[in-house]
Order: sequence, then C-alpha cells, then structure tokens
Amino acid sequence: MLPNLGYGVLLLTFLVTLYSVVIAIVGHSKKSAAMIESARRAMLLTWPLLTISSAILIYLLVNEHYEVEYVWSVTNSTMPLYLKVTAWWGGQPGSLLFWGWLLSSFTSAVAIRKWDRDRDLLPWVLVVAGITLAFFLSLNVFFENPFKLIPGVAPLDGRGLNPLLRHPGMIIHPPAQYLGFVSFTIPFAFALSALITGRTDDRWIRLTRRWTLWAWLFLSLGLVLGMRWAYDVLGWGGYWGWDPVEIAALMPWLTGTAFLHSVMIQEKRGMLKHWNMILIILTYDLVLFGTFLTRSGVLSSVHAFAESEIGPMFFVFIGFTFITSIALVIYRWADLKSETEMKSMLSREALFLLNNLLFLSILVVSFWGVIFPLLSELFTGSKVTVGPPFYERATGPLWGGLMLLMGVAPLSAWGHSTIKTLGRAIWKPALVALLAPIFAFANGITNWIPLSGFTLVALVITVTINEFGRGALARSRKSDENFFVELWNLTKRNRRRYGGYIIHISMVLMGIGILGIELFQTETQRHISIGDTIELAGYTLHYDDLAQFPHEDGRYITRAEMTLVKDGEVIDQLTPRFDIYPGGQPMTIPGVRSTLVDDVYVILVNWEGISANSTPFKVYHNPLVKWVWIGGYVFILGILIAAWPEEEN
Amino acid sequence: MQRSKFIIGGLLILAAVVYLIASSTQASAEYFMTIEEVQTQKSEITGKSLRISGAVIGDTIEYDPDTLTITFEVAHVTGDNNEIEENGGLAQALHDAVIDPDRSRLVVNYTGPIPDLLKNEAQAIMTGQLAADGIFYADELLLKCPTKYEEALPEQIEE
Repeated sequence: MLPNLGYGVLLLTFLVTLYSVVIAIVGHSKKSAAMIESARRAMLLTWPLLTISSAILIYLLVNEHYEVEYVWSVTNSTMPLYLKVTAWWGGQPGSLLFWGWLLSSFTSAVAIRKWDRDRDLLPWVLVVAGITLAFFLSLNVFFENPFKLIPGVAPLDGRGLNPLLRHPGMIIHPPAQYLGFVSFTIPFAFALSALITGRTDDRWIRLTRRWTLWAWLFLSLGLVLGMRWAYDVLGWGGYWGWDPVEIAALMPWLTGTAFLHSVMIQEKRGMLKHWNMILIILTYDLVLFGTFLTRSGVLSSVHAFAESEIGPMFFVFIGFTFITSIALVIYRWADLKSETEMKSMLSREALFLLNNLLFLSILVVSFWGVIFPLLSELFTGSKVTVGPPFYERATGPLWGGLMLLMGVAPLSAWGHSTIKTLGRAIWKPALVALLAPIFAFANGITNWIPLSGFTLVALVITVTINEFGRGALARSRKSDENFFVELWNLTKRNRRRYGGYIIHISMVLMGIGILGIELFQTETQRHISIGDTIELAGYTLHYDDLAQFPHEDGRYITRAEMTLVKDGEVIDQLTPRFDIYPGGQPMTIPGVRSTLVDDVYVILVNWEGISANSTPFKVYHNPLVKWVWIGGYVFILGILIAAWPEEEN
Repeated sequence: MQRSKFIIGGLLILAAVVYLIASSTQASAEYFMTIEEVQTQKSEITGKSLRISGAVIGDTIEYDPDTLTITFEVAHVTGDNNEIEENGGLAQALHDAVIDPDRSRLVVNYTGPIPDLLKNEAQAIMTGQLAADGIFYADELLLKCPTKYEEALPEQIEE
C-alpha cells in the first residue's frame, strides 16, 4: 500500500514536471503570463510531492519494510537508525530520488521569487532545470523504482548496506557531493536562459554568483570529506588514489573553479563571455558524467552501484544537453563578443586567463588518463593504462603554476601591469617567503621539488597576508579604529575578494599536506607477536595485546592494542582493528596518531592466520598530512565569508 | 603586436601540456594484458611494466608469515567485457576460469599486507613485471569481488 503510494506520488511528480516544462515553453511563445505563472507553480509543486515520496521511502527504510526491494538491499535490522535514514542515498534508486529531491528544492528556491526584474529569464530557467529534473525522475519511474516490491513472501531481514559505507561519514560526504553536483544545475539553467533569450550581458552571472559559490563549496567539501573518509576507514594509508570516480568528481570541480574566476573578468571587463558559457556547460555535463560513471556499472568501486540499464540513458542525455548548449553558444556567438581587448600579459585579466588555462590543462590531463586506455586499444590494439604516477607527474607542474599565480595575481592591476610594477609589489613578500625553503633545507630537505613547493606555499601566504595587512593599515591610518577592527571592516566591504584570499590560503595549506604525504611518506610492514615492537621514522610501536570478540550487530572484531613511544616516552595508545561483517566483508580501521608535524598510521593487516604470536602490521609515517584537513576548515571559513548573503540595505 | 604575444603564449602553454601528457604517459604507461597473452608473448614482455587481470585460485594462495610474501596463481579471464556479459557476468567468468584446469595460469608473487579481498574467485588486478623465471612480481595488487554487494535476491523469491 504505502510503497504504491510512494511510487504514485513519484509518477505524479514526473508528470507535473513535464507539464511545467511544456507550459513554460508554450507560455513563452504565446507571451502568456498566466501560463508561465502556471509553470512556475507546477515547479513549486514538485517539491512537496518529492518530499512526500522521499518521506515514504525513509519511513519504509526505518521501519524495516523488507518487502520493498530497495529497503531489503540497503538496510538490515542491525543497522543503527542514522544509517537506515541515510540509506536513502545508499543505493541506486534511492540516490537518484535524492538527486531529484535536491534539484526540485533548488529549482523551487529559484522559482519562489517573482523575478520582477528578470521575468524574461524565468521561463527558460524553469525549462532547463525542469528537463534535468524530468530526466532524473524518469530514471526512477521507468528503470530504478525505489518502491519496487519483492514478489512473493517478504524476506525476514535485509541484506544491509555495503559495510564500507556504514560509517558516520555517510551522513555528510554523499549529501555534500550531491549538493555540489546538483546545485551547478542552477547557474547552468540561467546561462542557457541567457543564451535562449539573447540577454547575453552579465545579468545571469550576477544572479547566480552566490549559487555558484555555494555549489562550489559543497563540491569542494564533498571531495575533502571523501578524502578524509578514505583516510580514516579504507586503510590504505592515503586519501586520494586517482581512481576514475575520484577523477569524475574532480573534473567538474576544475571547470567550476575556472568558472568562478573567469566570471569576474566578465563582470569587471566584459571579456571572456564565450569562455564562461563553455565553462558552465562543461561543468554541468561533467556533473552528469560523474553521476553517470557511478550509476552505470562501468566501474566497480566503493562508489559504484549495481549493473544498470540506465547507462545509455545518461549517455544520450549528456550528449543531448551538450550539443544543444554548444549549438546555442554558436548561435549567439556574435552577441558574446568581448567589450574590451586584453592589453597586457601581466594584467589581472591575463593572469586570470592563465589560471583558467591551467585548470583546463589539469582537466585535459585527467580526461586523457581516463580515455587513454580506450584510445590505445582502438588504435594500437593493445590495452594500456596509466596509474597515479601519470597524474602526479603530469599535473604536478600545473598545480605548481596555479600556486605561483595565487602568489602573483593579487598584486597585478586590472588593465595594465608591467614587470616593474609587479616586481615592486612582490619583492618584499617574496623575500620573506624564501625563509621557508631555507628552513626546510636546514631540516635536511635537499630535493628541489619540495623546496620549490614550500617556497610557493610561503609566497602565497606572505602575499595574501600582506594584502590584508596593507589594506587594514591604510584604513586604520585614516580612521581612528585600531588595526583589527579595520581588518574586519576591510573583509566585510569586499567579501568576495578577501574571502577568496582566505580560500587561497586554505589551498596552499592543503598543498603543505599533499607535498608532505606525496614526497615524504614512508612505510614498513612486519609480522610480530605480543611484546614485540616495530620502528619507523623515529617512532617505536609496542604491540601490547590482541582482542577478538563479536559485536552485537554481527561484526567480528579483531583489535590490537599498541603503545606509541618516541624518544623513550609513551605518547599515545593506538588501536588498529579490523571488523568482519556477516557475509565475510572485512573492513580495516587504522590506528592513527595525528599531529601538525606528522601522522603515525598503523593498520592491522587482515589475514586468516592472525594470532597473538604472529600479527601482521603495516605502519605508515605520513608527514604533514594534517594540514590537508586544516586547509579544509580554513576553506570553509573563506567560502562562508565570500558567499554569505549580503545584508539588505 | 599584443595579439601575437598572446598567441605565442597560448601556444607555449599548449606545447607544455602536450609535452607533460606525452612524457608522463610514456613514463608510466602500463600494458594491460590477459594471462593468455602473457604466456604467449613471454619473451617480448619480460621486464616491461604490465597490468594483468585474472581470477584468483583460492587453493594456491600461500603465505609466508616471516617475510609477508604471498604467492598465488591466477587463471586467464578474457579481457572482452561484452564476452563476459554474454556469458553471465564477471562473477560467472571468474568462477569458470577457476574451475577450468585447461586455462592458462600464472604464478604471482607479492610482498605486502594481504588485501581484504584476496580469496577464491576474486578478480586480481596487478601491476608489476614478469621475471625471467616466469613468475609475475606484482608491485600492486587490487582485488574485486563482483558478487559481494550484488548478490541475487534471496532464494525464496525465485520460487
């Protein structure tokens, strides 16, 4: 009964969405305000409908209705309540519904305004967002029905969520990633609306500026949270492995980040209009591509769901939206002409353009890594792949270039800059920044790669702090307020700029961590018995005890107790463990001691022959990795400053 | 004048990216081969960086606790995804490979912690080199159990 109601509401929502799209198009061509109003209201109606449908699904999940196939496949009676609720996005059909619900929420948030000044854009925003929504709903309605019943007798218990997903990270990483993905639909819808209506000034950019920032916040957050989750739970000593799913999530981030920067040039100088259109179209389609990769059964990973029929559907939809959008850009090509010309290679806009090219280059490298095996097989017949070393080698200099730009660009002027003006502005911070490699060198680092990496990190930090300091100092000289009050006022007055600077700092803080783990990670593995020790990087790990016991939810836990000693002093207790879930799926959970300088990361290596006399451990020494997470917090701070709604005047 | 400067700059960047991609591809490309291909082209590929996929034969897994050295045999599985799909999916293909005594096999040597999924009929994806002794020395070992999360519906349903 209830499942049928859930499906019925879903079907109804699909029809309402189609109605909204069709009536908006007809209303526009007939210039009928009433029809457009009706389309707007229909779109607003999708939100309560999808909320009801989702609430029914959550009710079924929480109340163990295993007669529903989806409920059976992602929950079981031993799972805690929070996992039953979050199982909403734990499998294919549910996560598609979640996508739809988010998109409906965002579109409704846009449609709820009356848009008096921008009435002409509204119908097409509804159409573009509505077509996207209809696509996702159609997947639920025709292929992946979350309310599908299991024929015959209902099973007594469910199969349960993939154990690797049974983690509090499940509450926050997938929603953040989805939020980031879905919310890029809105700026895309406005961009297309601008193309269709011919209102190709920067109005669509100004309207969606804050949307884009929030979308970017969640996309970035999704990536960082995923990295953290992998580091804490997956037990392989790292957080990023350049697997195709990670790359799929990174690609829209690259184009989105480029977009965030280059829209500023359009706003300030009226340039790069074609470019911005292409970037937002790419971002939208890369979002779809990322969703496609995880939904189509092409890949097998923690992220991938069942083999599915919906792969070709995605393919067609991506092709359709991409070709239509690009055709529109070509149709409006003349209208998108730049208003001014770029004059100086060192001007702010030229450096922004360079930043864009670097982001796009990283995109091309990533894309190449994913498609190279296919191309090679097609043309040479032999299947060749590239792994993490390829990405690290090919993107390393490009990331370095981006860091250099973060150090230089804030000092260059709009319109015109020369080596001389730039040099005058940069030499002091650059001199201070040189302390970093000197310090590193004094600590025994002689390789030029980390030395130049740390120099760039320091350059960005000194330049950025200098920018804040200079501005606040100038203000506090003029007013009677003290320096820190003026620092606050400065940030408040141009939040996008100074929030952006804080984001730059967060990025290089992450860079410190990435340099640390990429270049200085060491590891060792030994097989020891209780009472023995393992040594690595000046640390000693004493193996004190081993406990093996069943947990009430059916897991069988094997847990080692270890004491971490440095310079003869006990500094921590670590408890690496592995859990075996019913059905045999193991999960390795590391014992980690984390400080600003380094992490000691120990895993209990799963092997059937494990015993107190012979326990295999693997220990990693990960220098500086904590700075990745610190950068993540600073990043959130920066983007909140940049994106927080302005006070209404 | 300005225009040509920008064009030259753009071309330089393009050249740099092409160089980065080409040289990095060259340096880190791994040849993906099936076990049958490895066995038939032994002499040409010895010492090259290879990426091999095969079905783990559970009975052959041996483990030396003192050195953390693992050896096991993998059986040939076709690299053609369509063929696998037509014959009932990856899980079936792995199963067929393991029970078929006539399949090409390859001995793998790996040093390191045993991944959680190393068991009979798992798909092993390995990178490493084939040594002159005919043993494949894997630097990296990745395992997939396709049946793990996508079990069939409970039996009672199929009645």
